[in-house]
Amino acid sequence: MQTASAIPINEQGGAPWVLPSRGIIGMVCLIIAESAIFLIFVVAYIFYIGKSLTGPYPKEVLELPIFGTVCLLSSSFTIHHAVAALRKSDTRGCLLGLAGTVLLGGIFIATTAKEWYHLIYHEGLTVRTNLFGTTYYSLVGLHASHVIVGLIMLVTALGLSLAGRVREEHAERLEVLSLYWHFVDGVWVVVFTVVYILGR
Amino acid sequence: MANSTPVMEAIDQTIESKRRPPSDVITEWVSTVDHKKIGIMYIVYALIFLLIAGVEAIIMRIQLAVPNNDFVSPQVFNRMFTMHGTTMVFFVGIPVLFGYGNYLVPLMIGARDMAFPRLNAFGFWISAFGGLLLYFSFFGGDGLYGAGSAPDVGWFAYAPLTAKVFSPGNNTDYWTLGVLLSGIGTTATALNTVTTVISMRCRGMTMGRLPLFTWLMLITSSMIFVVVSPLTAAQIMLILDRYLGSHFFDTQAGGSAVLWMHFFWIFGHPEVYVLVLPAFGFVNEIIPVFSRKAAFGYPAMVAASAGIGFVSLSVWAHHMFTVGLGPAGNTFFVFSTMVISVPTGIKIFNWLGTLWGGKIIFTVPMLFCIAFLFQFLVAGLTGIMLAAAPFDWQLGNSYFVVAHFHYVLVGAIVFGLFAAFYYWYPKITGRMMSETLGKWHFWLFVIGFHLCFDFMHIPGLLGMPRRIYTYEASRGWETLNLIVSVGAIFQGVAVLILVYNLVRSYYRGEKAGRDPWDAWTLEWAVPSPPPVYNFAIDPSVNSRRPLWDLKHPEEPDSDYE
Ligand code: HEM
Ligand SMILES: [Cu+2]
Repeated sequence: MQTASAIPINEQGGAPWVLPSRGIIGMVCLIIAESAIFLIFVVAYIFYIGKSLTGPYPKEVLELPIFGTVCLLSSSFTIHHAVAALRKSDTRGCLLGLAGTVLLGGIFIATTAKEWYHLIYHEGLTVRTNLFGTTYYSLVGLHASHVIVGLIMLVTALGLSLAGRVREEHAERLEVLSLYWHFVDGVWVVVFTVVYILGR
Repeated sequence: MANSTPVMEAIDQTIESKRRPPSDVITEWVSTVDHKKIGIMYIVYALIFLLIAGVEAIIMRIQLAVPNNDFVSPQVFNRMFTMHGTTMVFFVGIPVLFGYGNYLVPLMIGARDMAFPRLNAFGFWISAFGGLLLYFSFFGGDGLYGAGSAPDVGWFAYAPLTAKVFSPGNNTDYWTLGVLLSGIGTTATALNTVTTVISMRCRGMTMGRLPLFTWLMLITSSMIFVVVSPLTAAQIMLILDRYLGSHFFDTQAGGSAVLWMHFFWIFGHPEVYVLVLPAFGFVNEIIPVFSRKAAFGYPAMVAASAGIGFVSLSVWAHHMFTVGLGPAGNTFFVFSTMVISVPTGIKIFNWLGTLWGGKIIFTVPMLFCIAFLFQFLVAGLTGIMLAAAPFDWQLGNSYFVVAHFHYVLVGAIVFGLFAAFYYWYPKITGRMMSETLGKWHFWLFVIGFHLCFDFMHIPGLLGMPRRIYTYEASRGWETLNLIVSVGAIFQGVAVLILVYNLVRSYYRGEKAGRDPWDAWTLEWAVPSPPPVYNFAIDPSVNSRRPLWDLKHPEEPDSDYE
């Protein structure tokens, strides 16, 4: 009589029992945890603005990465498009959306690489040079590593999509990935403001 | 069990006879993704570390038992308190609570497993690896020739003590990496717990019907995201400082040591609540069952717990009153700290309200809960004393502080934990623990606890600083310290009795049946131990106490909700 199965199933006629999707809740939790990590790095950045004892200083060496920023932010639209297309069973649209996202994300990471190259070899700024170098590379680097992780996942999705393995029933998973990518974009807005606007 | 059917007896039997050769068993455990097995592994792993950290505590107390002792060297003493604090917090407290969370949450909400079983196994193994790495430092910390060279920077690892110049060798790196890995595992498990509670509940299990323990695991896990991540970030910075020569905490290059303190305590203070909330959860489940009454004020309990979780995020700097934050900062943190006593008070009243007029049954788990209530109250009172900045200036870094926080950590958390051991052991193993041994454990531990930590307040008030490895005979602290040490040894013996009881009952305990305590939550509806996937048919509930409804169809809870 005390079996679990004996626990009455008497709400059958009632409202259907629907719960939020696992993937999305899990991703939201991850995003909250990651935001807290970024927050600490941002706080450290702001705390140390103007406290470097030696040069080079941000206003001498930093240039606004407008092109990369535009690319990264527009990739939010392409990934959104990919998910929306997949919802409507439009696999070709999804493929295009993914390809666009990978391309734009790739351009962004290339501009960051170029910037770092310039800073290291032409301006002589490394993590150990001064507090600016320390906070700059760690914050921008933390973001860049998130972009790279996102790109790896996107490339995988793109590959599967090319192989024709991404179908409508995968829309929810792709949406989880797109949430992550929107997060990476959102963080860039903060990093951009702090590093290139406040910090200069 | 009197009222279980022959079919269920048969299932109980098959589960019983399933003891197989060791190699099979090992493969099965190492590769498992079953939430119950992972839960048990967490608990066992935490118990092992509890013994180790207990030995470290006893070494410290032997050293301090008499004045001018030279049982250990000053540096070994530093290593002992560093390892003891770190181990207790990261490798006992968190794993054991998540162990119970893992085991119980899916059962309590009528789910068949956690939301992400493989992530669950990952979380366990990465945390366990963190613990092993930390203890490996005993062999490799200062290079292979430096056996016995564990970290010695304190569990708070204040800058600039952790800078390369002040702690050469690798022992600080072992600390950082070990704790970092355990933090990653903790975050993974917290994510899993939140997702499980939100999206795996059985039909009818609305948020308003979650068992209180599940609510508290949900609150704790949500806190973990915003509490553990800052520490992870700070540790990444520390690693960069030590390996790439960056300057976050390097005062020579304009870096700040106070920044580390902020980052550490943003983690460190709420961490105490991360540990104590699940312990509240145990008590919330156990007191009603042994008072034979429904928990008093369920919504108030939930609201108060969420309130505690929330406010605790804004009080960290009461650990830094003596740093000199300025009057405005101090005032803010004094008040926010005091505010915590409001929801805490609500919880205490609710527990008393549950006990009030109940038919109290003094089983061992109930005894631990009652001691918990009393000790938690006292800890709250000394906490309010310390929350006042002027008082803290006097007592900060004295033995009084050590006594206060052990009142919470041991008097509340460990007592709640012991209660949980006795209460859920029958479910987990199918056998009862010995009540006689349990009573020995209880009384020895209570006496030891009060000898140790009540008396510890006094040398603190008399000016004995914490983290000193010895003292002179002329200060009037000698007798007190001896009493404290004797108390510590009592507690050690009591824990050995617990371990003996755990092992012995596994083989020789009385058969438990599915519901030995006549309880009300879903985990008691399945056989003990529960089969893989928990429920033969997905359950469906319509009140907070589904088993009560089953046993008392004439007066179901659902009529009152
Ligand atoms: C039950 C028996 C225990 C005993 C006898 C004990 C004893 C001690 C002693 C002697 C110290 C060093 C105090 C000093 O000189 O500053 C200490 C520090 C500490 N203990 Fe315990 N302890 C016990 C349990 C626990 C538990 C359960 C926890 C946490 C969950 C814990 C957490 C800590 C921490 C965080 C420190 C501070 C370490 C530091 O200053 O770096 N202890 N304990
Ligand atoms: Cu605190």
